[in-house]
Amino acid sequence: MLFFGIWEGAGRWPLSPTFPPFSRTAWALGRMTADGTLARAYVSTLEPLVIGIAVSAVVGVGFGIAMGLSRAVEWLSLPLFVIAQAAPMAAIIPLITYIYGIGLTAKTLAVVVLAVPVITMNSYKGIRNTNPSLIEMCRAFLGTRRQQVLKIVLPHAGGLIFAGLRLGVAMGFIGVVIAELLITPTGIGDLITYHSSVADYPEMFAAVASIVALGALTIRGLQSVERRVFPPEIRGS
Amino acid sequence: MTVTIEAIVEVREIGMTYDTGVEALRDVTLTFPRGCLSTVLGPSGCGKTTLLKIIGGLIRPSTGEVRVAGRRVDGPGPERAFVFQDFALLPWANVLRNVAFGLELRGVPRDQRHTVARRSIAEVGLLGFEASYPHQLSGGMRQRVGLARALAVDAEIILMDEPFSSVDEQTRRKFQEDLLLLLRDRQKTVLFVTHSIEEAVYLSDRIVLLSPRPGSVARIIQPSIERARRSPDEIRRDKNYLDAVDEIWQILKRYVA
Repeated sequence: MLFFGIWEGAGRWPLSPTFPPFSRTAWALGRMTADGTLARAYVSTLEPLVIGIAVSAVVGVGFGIAMGLSRAVEWLSLPLFVIAQAAPMAAIIPLITYIYGIGLTAKTLAVVVLAVPVITMNSYKGIRNTNPSLIEMCRAFLGTRRQQVLKIVLPHAGGLIFAGLRLGVAMGFIGVVIAELLITPTGIGDLITYHSSVADYPEMFAAVASIVALGALTIRGLQSVERRVFPPEIRGS
Repeated sequence: MTVTIEAIVEVREIGMTYDTGVEALRDVTLTFPRGCLSTVLGPSGCGKTTLLKIIGGLIRPSTGEVRVAGRRVDGPGPERAFVFQDFALLPWANVLRNVAFGLELRGVPRDQRHTVARRSIAEVGLLGFEASYPHQLSGGMRQRVGLARALAVDAEIILMDEPFSSVDEQTRRKFQEDLLLLLRDRQKTVLFVTHSIEEAVYLSDRIVLLSPRPGSVARIIQPSIERARRSPDEIRRDKNYLDAVDEIWQILKRYVA
């Protein structure tokens, strides 16, 4: 409330001619919601985001688990993911455009390159951090390697894997917005660029605020699911 | 009169040198009689846990061999069950599943293994805690879960690796007393690793003293303490008990820097 109040004040003062007060932004948001502009924008923004996250989840968790379980896979691919996680992956988005064009494929890939490293690294760490004494216990009670993985390693890593997915979704939001601003303006990126170019600043800020809010709410939602499914006290790692 | 009891575990010329170059055990040869509670006692770092894990088949020795009931050990087996120092309970599983876990790994059907697990839970005095999770239990109760899990698989030999070391003194005494009661009418062979002299003398008829690293057998002591129909406090005041504690201390004292 205080935040919105300061925003309103700063907009009326005015801080900058391009900075609209909260009330006009809210009004613009209401209007864009009512005439369906926002809904249409989100349909096209969410498509690469959802596909990208789904692909990243499968690839990232798969690779992370494989790296955690097999020394050979770890040796081959760990350096790649360490670099990928540290590097500013947004910089390769123009390269993606160069190869895959400006369509859905390129935007989905932008989500994937941002989301996969963190998902992979978290899954890998989850597997690697398995309590060695639980593995020893499993062996002592005649567990097979398969039982070790299914009954000890994976449940133990579950919490970290899910946390990785949550961070991956956050990265995916970043990826899709960058793609829409950098590759071709579609969806929410289009609303932002178009309204800023014709100086409809309340509309532009409404679009920005709505994607920020959606991202934040999604992450919060995932966080509360995580706390329910993997409460810290029964979580292995 | 000497009674010779058949040896169930035979340790022959075991040596263990880790990849790091640390020599933990050197030329350890000894036997453990069937149906007895034997303790392995020694200063910290003398390789007593290593020895227990070799007998359990969890670690492969560098030299020598272990035979259990005449068969050479090359891995864990159904006749041996392990109780871990850090309990090694699944944090995401309740007491019932943890106790039944050994049977779960052996593919025993759910109803059957839960029946067996409930019996072990009752034996270690944890009735009513079946649905609790490890983090809701005290250290002593967690180790009772670890013991119940070992009892549930009905192994002939129970290997206990400093099971009470992370439990406070009062709980530890109570647990020791309960353990003796629990084992009194069973034909279990228990190998118990500890660094507590009192614990070793209180619990066992046969104490293997290891020397510091590289560990080797320094002495085997068999105090004859009359335990039948006597209270724990009477045992702790027994002259033989006190003498044995003192005798062991005189030996171990030399190893303490």
